[in-house]
Amino acid sequence: MGKAFVYGDHVDTDGIIPARHLLTSDPDRLAEHCMEDLDAEFVGRVEAGDVIVAGRNFGCGSSREHAPVAIKASGIRCVIATSFARIFYRNSFNIGLPILECPEAVAGISSGDAVHVDFQTGVIENETTGKTFQARPFPPFLLQMVDSGGLTNYVKQALEQEGK
Amino acid sequence: MGMTMTQKILAAHAGRANVEAGDYIEADLDVVLGNDITTPSAIREYRGMGASRVYDPHKVVLIPDHFAPNKDIQAAAQCAEVRGFVKEQGISNYYEVGRMGIEHVLLPEQGLVTAGDVIIGADSHTCTYGALGAFSTGVGSTDMAAGMARGKAWFRVPPAIRFELTGKPGPMVGGKDIILSIIGKIGVEGAQYKSMEFTGPGIANLSMDDRFTIANMAIEAGAKNGIFPVDDVTKAYVEAHPCVNPDMKKEFRAFEADPDACYEQTIEIDLSEIDLTVAFPHLPENTHPVGEAKGIAVDQVVIGSCTNGRIEDMEAAAKILKGRRVAPSVRLIVIPGTQQVYLECIKQGWAQIFVEAGGVFSTPTCGPCLGGHTGVLGDGEVALSTTNRNFVGRMGHPGSKIYLAGPAVAAATAVVGTIADPREL
Repeated sequence: MGKAFVYGDHVDTDGIIPARHLLTSDPDRLAEHCMEDLDAEFVGRVEAGDVIVAGRNFGCGSSREHAPVAIKASGIRCVIATSFARIFYRNSFNIGLPILECPEAVAGISSGDAVHVDFQTGVIENETTGKTFQARPFPPFLLQMVDSGGLTNYVKQALEQEGK
Repeated sequence: MGMTMTQKILAAHAGRANVEAGDYIEADLDVVLGNDITTPSAIREYRGMGASRVYDPHKVVLIPDHFAPNKDIQAAAQCAEVRGFVKEQGISNYYEVGRMGIEHVLLPEQGLVTAGDVIIGADSHTCTYGALGAFSTGVGSTDMAAGMARGKAWFRVPPAIRFELTGKPGPMVGGKDIILSIIGKIGVEGAQYKSMEFTGPGIANLSMDDRFTIANMAIEAGAKNGIFPVDDVTKAYVEAHPCVNPDMKKEFRAFEADPDACYEQTIEIDLSEIDLTVAFPHLPENTHPVGEAKGIAVDQVVIGSCTNGRIEDMEAAAKILKGRRVAPSVRLIVIPGTQQVYLECIKQGWAQIFVEAGGVFSTPTCGPCLGGHTGVLGDGEVALSTTNRNFVGRMGHPGSKIYLAGPAVAAATAVVGTIADPREL
C-alpha cells in the first residue's frame, strides 16, 4: 500500500497543522503544510497510499478538523497509533480518515517500512519484515457511520427521513 | 447501578431513564457553538448535508474571536463567511467585534449556557461550561454542522474519574495551579475519553472563575468533559448573569450524581497542599512548583485567554503590577476576555496599572494563545503565558518555548524578567 512515516507519543494538532495555516478550509491547501513543524520533509516525501504510524494520544490538542483533513488530503491512507485523542478520533470518523489502534503494529513498524492494511479484517502487514498485526475492532455504531459514508451523509439521510 | 452527574445529564437529553458507560446515544443539544476558524468548514458540511434551516436559530452561537479583529485579508474572508451565514439563517447569538469576547469567557457571562445543559462547540475548550454543572464538550466542524442541522449529537457515554477536593487553596493559588497540578499528576491522557467529576467540600472554597479555569483545561488531560456540582456559588453566578437572549428560554437544572454512581477511580486532592505551579515546555503535564522555575528568563508574558481572561485573573495581575514596572527585557500583553471584563479593568483602575507598568492592554481576542496574532513568538523566544497549551510551535515559531502558569506568577515574571514567585516580591 505504502511506506510508513513513524512518529512518537502526543503528536498534537499544532504539529499536524499549525494555526497560522488555518486561514482556509481547502483540503489541498492545508495538505501543503501537513506535519510542517514536526517533520519538515513530510510534504516533499509523502505519496498516495502511505501511512502514519505513531504512539500514544495521537491528535491531542485543538478540535480543528483541519488536522485529519490535512492528513487525508496529503495522500496518507490511514493512521495507525497506540491510542488517539478523543476529538481527533471523532473527527477522523466523521470525515472518513481511516484510523487504527494497534500498539503491536506501532512497536513492529519502522520508518520507511512497506505497510499494507486490510480495512475489512483490521489486519496490518509489515511487508518489509513479513510480520502481521491485528488492530482493535471498531464499535458497530462507528462502522455504521463509516458505511453510510461519514457523518455528513449520515445526517443527510436522517434529514431526508425526518422530512426536513 | 447509579449514574454519574454527566451520565444523568446525557440520559435526560437522550430521553432515557438510564445510560451506562460505553453506550452510544444521540442527545438533544441546548447550544451549538462555533468560532471564525471552525465555522467556515462547518458551513460547507452543513450545505453538504442538504440542510437549509438550522434546528433553532436561538441555540446556535457564533463568535469571531480567533483571528478577529481580522488579522489579515484571509481572516476577513472567514469572518465575513460566518457573518453571512448568521444573516441567512437568522441566528440571534452572534457577537460582532466590539461586542464579542473570547467565546468561553463570553457565553457564561451572557447567560447563554447554564446548569443541566448539553453543549457542543467546535473548539476544544468548550469543556469550560462544566463549571456551571453542564455537560459540555469540544467537537469538530462536521459535528458542529450536524448539530446545527438536527439539534443532536452522537456520544459514547463516558466513564468517570472522581476528584475529591478538600481544604482551601493558599494565598495567590488559584484554579490554574489546581488544574495544572492535577494534569501533572495524571498526565495529558490521564482522563482520555472520560469525565473528570469534581466533588468534595473543597469546592465551596473555589470561586466560579477558579472553576471555569479548572473545567477549561479538562481537555488537556484528554477528558471528554469536566464537571462541577451545582451549589450556592453556581446559583449566585447564574442569578447575576441572566441570559441576555430571552428567545433561548434557558432552564436552570441542577443534576446530582447518584449516591451509588460508579467511578473508575477516585483521586483525593487537598487544595491546601497545592503550590503555585508552572508547566514547562512542551506539554501541560510537565509541571513544577514555581520555586523550581525561578530564574528562567522570558521574552514575553501573556495574561488572558479562555483559561485566565476573567475578572479575578485581571485583579490578581493588577495587584502584583500596581506601582511596579515591567522588566526592560520583557513584553507584557494583557488581554481581558470580554468587553465586560475590559470595562471592569477600566472601572477598577487595573487598565491604568497595566499601561503604567509598561504593558499592552488589548481588546479581547484569542490571538497569541494559538500563535495567530497580537504577540506571535519568534525563533528561540521564551514566553510565560496564562494560556492552556505549550506544544511545540503553539504560539509561533517551532523554535520558541512556552511556560504555562496562573496570572499571579505571570505578573511577577513580567516584573522580574525571569520566572518569579509573586509571594516573594
